[in-house]
Amino acid sequence: MDPAISIKGLTKQFGPRTVVDNVTFSANIGEVLGFLGPNGAGKSTTMKMIVGFLSPSSGTAEVCGFDVLKNPIAVKGSVGYLPEGAPAYPDMTPLSFLRFISGIRGFNGSEREDRVHNAVRITRIEEVAEQPIETLSKGYKRRVGLAQALLHDPKVLILDEPTDGLDPNQKQVVRDLIIEMASTKCIVISTHILEEVDAVCSRAMIIASGKVVADGSPSELKSQSGSGDLEEVFRKVTLNA
Amino acid sequence: MRNIKLIFLREFTAYFATPLAYVFIVIFLMLSGLLTFFMGGFLERDQADLVPFFEFHPWLYLFLVPALSMRLWAEERKLGTIELFLTLPISMTEAVAGKFLAAWGFSITALFLTFPFWLTVNYLGNPDNGVVLASYIGSALMVGAYLAIGSMISALTKNQVIAFVITTATCFVLTLAGSPIILDFFSAWASADIVQAVGNFGFLPHFQSIQRGVIDFRDVIFFGSIIVIALTANAIIIDWRKAS
Repeated sequence: MDPAISIKGLTKQFGPRTVVDNVTFSANIGEVLGFLGPNGAGKSTTMKMIVGFLSPSSGTAEVCGFDVLKNPIAVKGSVGYLPEGAPAYPDMTPLSFLRFISGIRGFNGSEREDRVHNAVRITRIEEVAEQPIETLSKGYKRRVGLAQALLHDPKVLILDEPTDGLDPNQKQVVRDLIIEMASTKCIVISTHILEEVDAVCSRAMIIASGKVVADGSPSELKSQSGSGDLEEVFRKVTLNA
Repeated sequence: MRNIKLIFLREFTAYFATPLAYVFIVIFLMLSGLLTFFMGGFLERDQADLVPFFEFHPWLYLFLVPALSMRLWAEERKLGTIELFLTLPISMTEAVAGKFLAAWGFSITALFLTFPFWLTVNYLGNPDNGVVLASYIGSALMVGAYLAIGSMISALTKNQVIAFVITTATCFVLTLAGSPIILDFFSAWASADIVQAVGNFGFLPHFQSIQRGVIDFRDVIFFGSIIVIALTANAIIIDWRKAS
């Protein structure tokens, strides 16, 4: 079977700047892969290329066997994506927003509704489901974004900073969700919060200046420092890059 | 087609989710009335037609249409929803067409709500309703061309005010391209062929010829190609500078 995500030599240049530099990796179902790295390291740009929002300057990205350049619509159909900041249309309610997404994801009639209600239930946004999204708290907005991303039960979930800016309780809700789904999906999350790696990830990649500078399970990464402290490893590998 | 319909419906309802739709329709109807009766001399002319009503449409559209089109893409950029929207399993054509058709459908709705003028003129006399229908079709085509240009310009920026101003300026030039103001500017240095070509791009002569009651194929092609070209450019612009 193809790996859920297969990236080869992925590179993105904005003018003279190389933001993502020859990134190669693959990930399978059952893995929760954490992209770690300082702000501006290229985590988001890498994700944007995997989901087909930005085209790579060179290299390839395949999701569920579909090439993102040759077959972008098939890739977009098999991925659930939460962009950074969980953007959503502020004048819509979560219900009408999710109905729109459900329709676009190809569901009709009662299944379209079932998908919406299922996503609302999983992300626990029932009580705000009929309020305009612009009136929701950050935590709820994030969960609406998650609901949108997992509505079609995708094999691959790409979540850009899913817990950034949330309070500890809200963070826990999102992490529990990720852990719940972990066994049946390939999940990639980006974060600059190191505790997140311990909390949810089965594998972590540290990215600095567009390059992968470390890749392994959280315990493998920790063993790279004498003290077994992830923060120390992080500083060591990112400051040199 | 299904995706275009879904995008159309989302966008179309979005106009009504804010006061924008109501403000737009009320202002459009009020200004149409004021211009027709006071500046156009609808009653004083003593003729059973809607010429004074349609005559002002290009000028009304000039500043009302950019207010509709400015949000189409600039708002998606500003809110970051463009990233969500363009990572849904839809093609660029569906995305651009769905949004454009929603704005066009909304404008046609506003245009349709001017039917009391048509009732009035039919009550007061016996107008040539074929001419009236042709003028409505011409007006709808023209508003489509303005909107397509506005959509394209909206794709260039995340600032809606900039989109508004540039669209108004562009549409102003295109509206007047066949008139002496613009032609004199070109005739000072360009050859006669170029001046004529520029003149052919004017919206006014095409709209006026439809307004005479003849839906000439060439006028339809003219507005139709403006729409297609502007929307194609729109798609290319979005593809080219998605990130910024």
